[in-house]
Amino acid sequence: MTFDEIKDILTARFGNDVVVGEERGGLQPALLIAPDSIVDVCRELRDNPKTYFDFLSSLSGIDYGVDSGRFGVVYHLASMPYRLQLTLKISIEHDGNADELPSFKSVSSVYRTADWHEREAYDLLGIYFEGHPDLRRILLPDDWEGYPLRKDYKTAEYYKGIKID
Amino acid sequence: MITVNSKYEEALQRYNEKIASASVEDMVLNVGPQHPSTHGVLRLELITDGEIVKEVIPHLGYLHRCFEKHAESLTYQQTIPFTDRMDYLASMNNSHVWVMGVERMLGIDKDIPKRVEYIRVLVCELNRIASHLIAIGTYGIDIGAFTPFLWCFRDREHIMGLLEWASGSRMLYNYIWIGGLYYDLPVGFEERCREFIEYFKPKMVELNQLLTENQVFIDRTANVGILPMDLAINYGCSGPMLRGSGLKWDLRRIDNYSAYPELDFDVPVGKGEMGTVGDCWDRYKVRVDEIAESVKIVEQCLDRLQKELKRTPDFDPRAKLPRKITPKAQDYYMRGEGSKGELGFYFIADGKSEVPFRAKSRGPSFNNLSVLPEIAKGVMIADLIAIIGSIDFVLGEVDR
Repeated sequence: MTFDEIKDILTARFGNDVVVGEERGGLQPALLIAPDSIVDVCRELRDNPKTYFDFLSSLSGIDYGVDSGRFGVVYHLASMPYRLQLTLKISIEHDGNADELPSFKSVSSVYRTADWHEREAYDLLGIYFEGHPDLRRILLPDDWEGYPLRKDYKTAEYYKGIKID
Repeated sequence: MITVNSKYEEALQRYNEKIASASVEDMVLNVGPQHPSTHGVLRLELITDGEIVKEVIPHLGYLHRCFEKHAESLTYQQTIPFTDRMDYLASMNNSHVWVMGVERMLGIDKDIPKRVEYIRVLVCELNRIASHLIAIGTYGIDIGAFTPFLWCFRDREHIMGLLEWASGSRMLYNYIWIGGLYYDLPVGFEERCREFIEYFKPKMVELNQLLTENQVFIDRTANVGILPMDLAINYGCSGPMLRGSGLKWDLRRIDNYSAYPELDFDVPVGKGEMGTVGDCWDRYKVRVDEIAESVKIVEQCLDRLQKELKRTPDFDPRAKLPRKITPKAQDYYMRGEGSKGELGFYFIADGKSEVPFRAKSRGPSFNNLSVLPEIAKGVMIADLIAIIGSIDFVLGEVDR
């Protein structure tokens, strides 16, 4: 099963609107997916007998920088029966300053791995995941202000009145 | 920037209400963060009904140092000491995966001298043995067996001494560098290492007689904390945790990186010898068997390092070190088998600077721990301790 065959499976199943692009520049090609259909795509890739991407290796939230004004999530899937790896990417435009956090659909109903990974992305990058069962901060305290992995994050000087050196 | 939107607070409110109502109906019990059986600073909030655990809520982050933030502000080479501090019981494995990822992005992974590759595998496997010895020893002490703990630490100390001799540090080595090594192995290392292996083999037999086949230990661990294979995969468990559930999945064999394709070793899996496949005893046994496999790898590495890849006066492990580490613009996910499972680094390089634009680490312990609330539902509190020990997580890697 090659990268193109996987792309064909997705196009045949969902039509042309779901795979919005691809990246072949680096060592690992990636499929760009329409953000709204990520859950369906993951479920299809997991359950399709030709792919069986049953293992979510990693889920990374990404702030593409202030200049580009984009936020994204990258999914690294692995298929244990076929020993394949696949990268999926979704991203939306968001300037980071608005009151609304950038929001994506949660894939934790497909991969339970995503539960904690999405909490981590919410915690460190301020990405909201719709439909997540328990989206609390995971690594930082519940009352932490700001999202440290954002590119425009300013290091806090005080935490609860205590000066941070 | 303070985000004012009630939907971001919903989950926190739900959690607070759950704890408030549970303190009326049931009892809320905190295990940790300062409890020895949590193996570090992990806090587990238990909702208990008498002796039965109704729910486990893990609280992480007591050891959080934001590795990813550091990695975004330091060069690839400077981040290696920070990877050491993730899984500090198997630092060599962490830096090995990090270094391999950068080398592949630079396209120099095929140019690494064979001797360097074999030294890397040698130190990684020694470190894996040390890490599994801690897992076994502390697991014994969780269950109430004190002696195996002392025996394991005694033998581990020999490995720490060996690695200190090579790198100058006991636990946090900074030994594997991009394109090479810090130094060649010290003169006499191979011979001393072989002595250790000869000393160590009978010790493992003794340890098995003392702990693995101990009826009290079996009663405490067999049929406890059963993790079915499908659940393990769905939760992203890897390493001994996944292999304990019966799946032969070892990235050293799947991805065939470094010198592993040339080495002969088996991948032990849980067979349910004492109870059910995927119980605590199986996970423990997989680690014991993996030590034996690692010993085999170490011996093969020593054979090659003393024969065809013998040290020569002009061999320089830093010869292939790149002057400037600036990968071209790309992103790359590198995964490798750490001592706890699939360790992954996701790099985004912008092609201009020596600093990664984004470096995400996927710690095996983080994912292995996430399955705990699922398998600890409805067990006794004493069994919960047995389950925690069998997961073998390191908080430095959970919290990063």
